[in-house]
Amino acid sequence: MSHRLSEEYEELRRSVEAFAHEVVAPVIAGHYERGEFPYEIVARMGEMGLFGLPFPEEYGGMGGDYFALCLALEELARVDSSVAITLEAGVSLGAMPIFRFGSAEQKKTWLPRLCSGEALGAFGLTEPGGGSDAGATRTTARLEEGHWVVNGTKSFITNSGTDITALVTVTAVTGRRPDGRPEISAILVPAGTPGFSVGQHYSKVGWNASDTNELVFEDCRVPEENLVGERGRGYAQFLRILDEGRIAIAALSVGLAQGCVDESLRYAAEREAFGRHIGHYQAIQFKIADMEARAHTARLAYYDAAARMLAGEPFKKQAAIAKLVASNAAMDNARDATQVFGGYGFMNDYAVGRFYRDAKILEIGEGTSEVQRMLIARELGLPA
Amino acid sequence: MGVQGGRPPAMNIVVLVKQVPDTATERKLNPADNTLDRASSDGVINELDEYAIEEALLLKEKHGGEVTILSAGPDQATDSIRKALSMGADKAIHLNDEALHGSDSLQTAYALAQALRTTEFDVVVLGSESTDARTGVVGAALAEYLGLPQLTLANKVDIDGGTIRIQRQTDDGYDVVEAQLPAVVSVVEKINEPRYPSFKLIMAAKKKPVTKLDAAGAEIDPAKVGLANATTETVDFAAAPPRAAGTVVKDEGTGGVQIADFLASKKFV
Ligand SMILES: Cc1cc2nc3c(=O)[nH]c(=O)nc-3n(C[C@H](O)[C@H](O)[C@H](O)COP(=O)(O)OP(=O)(O)OC[C@H]3O[C@@H](n4cnc5c(N)ncnc54)[C@H](O)[C@@H]3O)c2cc1C
Repeated sequence: MSHRLSEEYEELRRSVEAFAHEVVAPVIAGHYERGEFPYEIVARMGEMGLFGLPFPEEYGGMGGDYFALCLALEELARVDSSVAITLEAGVSLGAMPIFRFGSAEQKKTWLPRLCSGEALGAFGLTEPGGGSDAGATRTTARLEEGHWVVNGTKSFITNSGTDITALVTVTAVTGRRPDGRPEISAILVPAGTPGFSVGQHYSKVGWNASDTNELVFEDCRVPEENLVGERGRGYAQFLRILDEGRIAIAALSVGLAQGCVDESLRYAAEREAFGRHIGHYQAIQFKIADMEARAHTARLAYYDAAARMLAGEPFKKQAAIAKLVASNAAMDNARDATQVFGGYGFMNDYAVGRFYRDAKILEIGEGTSEVQRMLIARELGLPA
Repeated sequence: MGVQGGRPPAMNIVVLVKQVPDTATERKLNPADNTLDRASSDGVINELDEYAIEEALLLKEKHGGEVTILSAGPDQATDSIRKALSMGADKAIHLNDEALHGSDSLQTAYALAQALRTTEFDVVVLGSESTDARTGVVGAALAEYLGLPQLTLANKVDIDGGTIRIQRQTDDGYDVVEAQLPAVVSVVEKINEPRYPSFKLIMAAKKKPVTKLDAAGAEIDPAKVGLANATTETVDFAAAPPRAAGTVVKDEGTGGVQIADFLASKKFV
């Protein structure tokens, strides 16, 4: 029984750590400030194979696994979350549904470009009327002369409006079940399809160098073959995708939590108050010790969930726990790190200022903390 | 060894790689013999060697062939060898012998030259210096031992047929230097941007062949290597003095010029 990383995982971790410090750290504050998508960083992440991490080599992937992706996300998020979420959404929401549920043709067409990072994929589930209740989808797709005609609006869709966005897979109601409930399916809509437009660009509290948009579909027609997976299985499919995605968001959260420790340690050894480095004061030491403890325990939680997933065991509960505690750790650490930095912590030029703004979404995206608690309760057998 | 004239069908490129203490951690010398205490700090690949590996990989991508890593060092050097293989090199030779401990730059060059005689190559690429010893002479001495042309401080390398041409970086520009292959090339940082190992290559690296070579295997004369036979000796050492306070330039209209002059005097621009 060991949670120590194998040599290969450790080498990958170090490689991404170096990348994050050498390529991301020097420039990302500028992108963040200007709200610019970091195309050149994404291109280099593509070159080093990060977008292909969990996919087989036949599709241009790295032949790694989901845990390898998580390690990369953690190391990126230690430096910046916008970059990390771009990778997370590109892989686990953009490419993964096609890899898991797509036809041979869809995989051949899309995966090599997505794995190389030349193109990004997005996944559109959330709608203006609701995200947590994913079954309440309003967007519709009706079959007409061999084409799906999609109508509806999706909200807050990551990676959906960049210059390199190639596709978005959307959930849509494709009919009624015998019991009257809506039949939900997933439909792949290539970027540039007439009737598919990128709506309002949001002004966000955080993740300012990542791309989030509203998407509008107005009689948008795509060929019938663009159904991803089975008709009527859309809902079940994305539940699986979301279960995995929670482990990835947990890893990203741990990265942010650890980044807070890194920054605080450095600052505590450098900043003086009342004639001593602030690291001498127990109030600061205890904050940093608590931060480290949160990051460490949250890391163990996502390692455990990922190990179960890779072993083919049930992991729903562990993934929900990992996301719940890791996003919590990220929030708490961001608050404490900002405190360690005093006034400078409130400035956008400092990484902790960004961490503070980037932490909150972790308790919301890919299932709110309330949703995680509901899932855990359900897994414990409590009534739905 | 090597190819005389004509375009080589494929190039055998050897890159010399040294494991050095991580510059981010504190380095210590061993008080017993004034050699580096390699156990006291994390080992990493010498930074300039990453540029040498990158250049070799670019040459291979252009001309075809194979990239072989050659590293002389103790057991821990396997970490750096693996990293080099993870970047995309094809195989490695690890020269490892207790007898080599404490060898100075000249002896190291001799040992590396001997190791190179065990393999075929068209070009040897190395970093222009290591971050630990910083003597910067190994490349030159190696070329001398091998009787090959040396092209040093390259910030650009082109190979055309059997001819290699480099831009040698100088203080105020560059010289163009040319030689026939086989040759020894040392590179500087400006030459390229080293790639980050991908997971695919990291996993493949485990299966790549690493040939273990000891002094006898490389026909190294034990009387010519090691601390006891070193041509130079570290007699004393002292910590670098703490950094002095900087100079403050007050801008009264000439601040820019003063800063430019200062940087130029330190050869930063
Ligand atoms: C920056 C950003 C990027 C995003 N990227 C994507 C993306 O790429 N793709 C995508 O599909 N979505 C994306 N989202 C949407 C995100 O997943 C949703 O915002 C999230 O799932 C919550 O949905 P909601 O906003 O509709 O909140 P609601 O569902 O309206 O929830 C509001 C509040 O009510 C609580 N709540 C709801 N139901 C219950 C209940 N039964 N019991 C107790 N409490 C409950 C929630 O926890 C929350 O606190 C993104 C969001 C943001 C902000």
